Amino acid sequence: MAVDTETVKRIAFLSRLKVNDDKIKDTEQEFNNIFNWIEQLNEVNTDNVAPLESVNDFNLTLRDDEVTDGNCRDEVLANAPDAEYGYFVVPKVVE
Amino acid sequence: MSDLTKLTVAEARDGLRKREFSSVELTKAYISKMEESRRLNAYVTETPEHALEQAAVADEKYRNGIAGELEGIPMGIKDLFCTKGIRTTACSHILDNFVPPYESTVTSKLLQAGVTVLGKLNMDEFAMGGSNETSCFGPAINPWKAKGSDADLVPGGSSGGSAAAVAAEMCAAATGTDTGGSIRQPAAFCGVTGIKPTYGRCSRYGIIAFASSLDQAGPIAKDVRDCAALLKVMSGYDAKDSTSAKVNVPDFEAVLGQDIRGLKIGIPREYRPEGLNEEIAACWDKGIAMLRDRGAEIVDISLPHTKYALAVYYIIAPAEASSNLARYDGIRYGLRVPGEHLDDLYINTRSEGFGAEVKRRIMIGTYVLSAGYYDAYYLKAQKVRRLIRNDFLEAFKKCDIILTPTAPTGAFALGDKSMKDNPINMWLNDVFTVSVNLAGLPAISLPAGVSGQGLPLGLQLIGRAFDEETVLKTAYALEKDVHFVRK
Amino acid sequence: MADFVIETPKGKWEIVCGLEIHCQIISKSKIYSGASTEFGAEVNEHVSFVDAGMPGMLPTLNKYCVHQAVKTGLGLRAKINKYSNFARKNYFYADLPQGYQITQFKYPIVGEGRVDIDLPDGSVKAIGIERMHIEQDAGKSIHDIDPKKTFIDLNRAGVGLMEIVTKPDFSAPAEAGAFLKKLRSILRYIGTCDGNMDEGSMRCDVNVSVRPQGTDELRTRCEMKNVNSIKFVMQAIENEARRQIEVYENGGVVIQETRHFDPVSGQTKVMRKKEFAHDYRYFPEPDLAPLVLDDEYIEKVKRELPELPDEKKERFVSKLGLTPYDAIVICENKETADFFEKAAAGHDAKKVANWLMGDFFAMLNEKKLELKDSPVSAENLGRLVELVSQNVINGKTAKDVFAIMAETGENPEKIVEEKGLKQVTDTSAIEAVIDEVLAANPDNAAAYRNGKQGLFGWFVGQVMKASKGKANPGLVNELLKKKLG
Repeated sequence: MAVDTETVKRIAFLSRLKVNDDKIKDTEQEFNNIFNWIEQLNEVNTDNVAPLESVNDFNLTLRDDEVTDGNCRDEVLANAPDAEYGYFVVPKVVE
Repeated sequence: MSDLTKLTVAEARDGLRKREFSSVELTKAYISKMEESRRLNAYVTETPEHALEQAAVADEKYRNGIAGELEGIPMGIKDLFCTKGIRTTACSHILDNFVPPYESTVTSKLLQAGVTVLGKLNMDEFAMGGSNETSCFGPAINPWKAKGSDADLVPGGSSGGSAAAVAAEMCAAATGTDTGGSIRQPAAFCGVTGIKPTYGRCSRYGIIAFASSLDQAGPIAKDVRDCAALLKVMSGYDAKDSTSAKVNVPDFEAVLGQDIRGLKIGIPREYRPEGLNEEIAACWDKGIAMLRDRGAEIVDISLPHTKYALAVYYIIAPAEASSNLARYDGIRYGLRVPGEHLDDLYINTRSEGFGAEVKRRIMIGTYVLSAGYYDAYYLKAQKVRRLIRNDFLEAFKKCDIILTPTAPTGAFALGDKSMKDNPINMWLNDVFTVSVNLAGLPAISLPAGVSGQGLPLGLQLIGRAFDEETVLKTAYALEKDVHFVRK
Repeated sequence: MADFVIETPKGKWEIVCGLEIHCQIISKSKIYSGASTEFGAEVNEHVSFVDAGMPGMLPTLNKYCVHQAVKTGLGLRAKINKYSNFARKNYFYADLPQGYQITQFKYPIVGEGRVDIDLPDGSVKAIGIERMHIEQDAGKSIHDIDPKKTFIDLNRAGVGLMEIVTKPDFSAPAEAGAFLKKLRSILRYIGTCDGNMDEGSMRCDVNVSVRPQGTDELRTRCEMKNVNSIKFVMQAIENEARRQIEVYENGGVVIQETRHFDPVSGQTKVMRKKEFAHDYRYFPEPDLAPLVLDDEYIEKVKRELPELPDEKKERFVSKLGLTPYDAIVICENKETADFFEKAAAGHDAKKVANWLMGDFFAMLNEKKLELKDSPVSAENLGRLVELVSQNVINGKTAKDVFAIMAETGENPEKIVEEKGLKQVTDTSAIEAVIDEVLAANPDNAAAYRNGKQGLFGWFVGQVMKASKGKANPGLVNELLKKKLG
């Protein structure tokens, strides 16, 4: 499964990262090296092996339905690069 | 006075309890060390005034007989732990000037126990790296130097600042986090001791996430006893982290010095590949002999899927990271680089805010989760991850604990070209440590010798899940025989 | 129901439609954090560090949201999955702070189920439920404060949602409408969602495709997101189907896309296309272990379920003698059904139903009142019906009494007593009035006896008038016939 230029562009956009045009070929090459190395996993027979999603063997603990948090707007907004009238502000989103 | 910084946490604790010196004196001694050794770039944020205030409170508590377990012990905190009111950046430009309005559970517990905080420690950006060179503050530097050379060496990573600071006595102990070896490998490179506990032992609440199914906090300290004392305080179930385990926290120090006769020590043959560094192999053999001499039984074991662990890790960790790092979008905190449209703002912010290694891993993670590739990469990796874990479960039917080298080499020079040119060469540093994270097991690294170049080499002890006690008592026994002299 | 067919000069088409409904879970706190879900707070007040996606924050699952989901699953007669897990759906959006939504993907908490809908012709159709999962809501983007900026409020971010996915079982817009009413009714009965589409606590995505009548093809479907009323859902289905038919009949192909339904024009239009399509990169949420439920827990929730609308309707028909139509109308809303049962207790249920659906609802409508604010209590409505059943008052008087009750909220017995409205059932008293009327109108009496039968009604009227409306009309009839012989 070779990674091509189109794929690099698509992955960069999905990641919201910019890959400058002059770097695309390098990135493509680097990705192909990495995935060639990862291909070694194909040697392993994983038929009938269940994927391991969590090393925890215990069940999920649930929280009681109580209001224990929130009401801390100033702290929530304290680090915001742009906030007005209690809102976070971003450039106009076109729907 | 500067002798105070030579003391271990346990020794300092005894001295404070006996009122031989005050916490203010101890803290001042470390602050001078911190200032003297700034060239090591171990700290990215220094908080000496804060530490002295805490020390004064600690002394007051000693006077009033209400001192906590680690009252007045000066520590450094890896910059991945959110600390209320103290800048926390994960050593990433994207979190420039982020000041958390909350405290991580692990640091809360330490504060509760009375530690004083000297500052925030350097690390690889978002804990992604094995040399501390990906930090946006520049690398921390290993206080050790090779014989006859003045070249700066890496402290390892990602908890490079933590290991360097402990080794250089710039703090009594430090917190670290370990996703693929990030406590153990820098501990080995800097000649100090670090333990990654069982996944679920320490709460991840308030620790900036890298790979959620692998991340664990742990201490980096001067010796095994200090690790035991610190781990006891850092551990415990936390309702705010659903993956933290509801298990008892034993008094880890209580097992130190216990007899290890009859203990079965597993030696995995896959950890001795052809071409293993001879000095590393020799150090390992010496460790085996020491444990045998103490009456432990040496057992040959096999962990057949070991060679696939790195590839599995470099699918799972980037996949989780690509998602965990999506929140750094320039809207609610951290860096914002403006853009005309929202997508431009995202792209500008993230492209400028993240470093090269982080971007690489985000893109790898995005790729392995994307439509059409999920089964081939991510699902496959999860399956092999189960096989890796099963290897350990099988092995622990034959042995009680596993002894391996921590890293395939000792500390290397800053800016190593082969690693710069090919990221896989850098990743290979984790070859002996990643399996442990994939299986969720506890493991310690302790200094076990020095190389021909005079650099520390580490050995790793891996235990059963939630059996840190066996790990610590075996490490303690080994430490006694190694007689390692810290920097 | 008769097949819904769209006929054009070129052919006959049928609709294939499925719905995805997002229902806000009724709970005090959010699904993954302890912040309040209360509506109408100040901007960003009900936001925790978890909801704001701050670094190092972790989700914790709300026990009650799980309970609500299981209860809803049982209400949808669905399979409850004892093993389910959470997954991250990754996408960037300004009101999605973490950059991913924690949802369920491969293993939802609720599996296949069924909802029976009542169609206008009286028939019942089963609509299949494909699955239901729980997830978090996003925040709100506000675009109209500033022409160049979008404002983000995260109060809603993290409120629990249940996403119900139906099978593509709808073949007519009216079926979708009936389904949404029924679903809303079930949710309100069990108290897991308030079902208010206009407030956004229930939101509907509509998937529509068309095919030539009588075929079983599955053609490309289009999705319309967030259609926010039952009427609009029905319009969207029909108009989108007509649009697709036009495309096919002009030799075109329908492209799978997300379209926006414009309530003003009633038409659907394509949303702005992105450079790259979404790729949500679902993977298991590593911050939450799988959710494992046991039979005991599921049984416990089952025991908490109230009688559901279908069961209630069935009981009202079989035990209380209501017509299916009346039962459906009364049972749609639990408050109405409860009011009805209270009113009917010990009285003639059928007559109570008639009163409820007639004068009573008309009165509420006229006064623009909610049921809970009705001046006429359930008990008093029952008493009124009882007065008629017991021949204490006649039907006409009852209407007058009801009008007084609607104004004063008084007990009908008291009104009847005070105003002296009890009807006369004393035969001799009525006979006396009849005698008076006959004596006063000898000509008409003679005419009747000579065959002018039409005058009977006129005599009844005269007798009622003379008794000031209090005479029992049945007795008047009977006695008049005898006297006029």
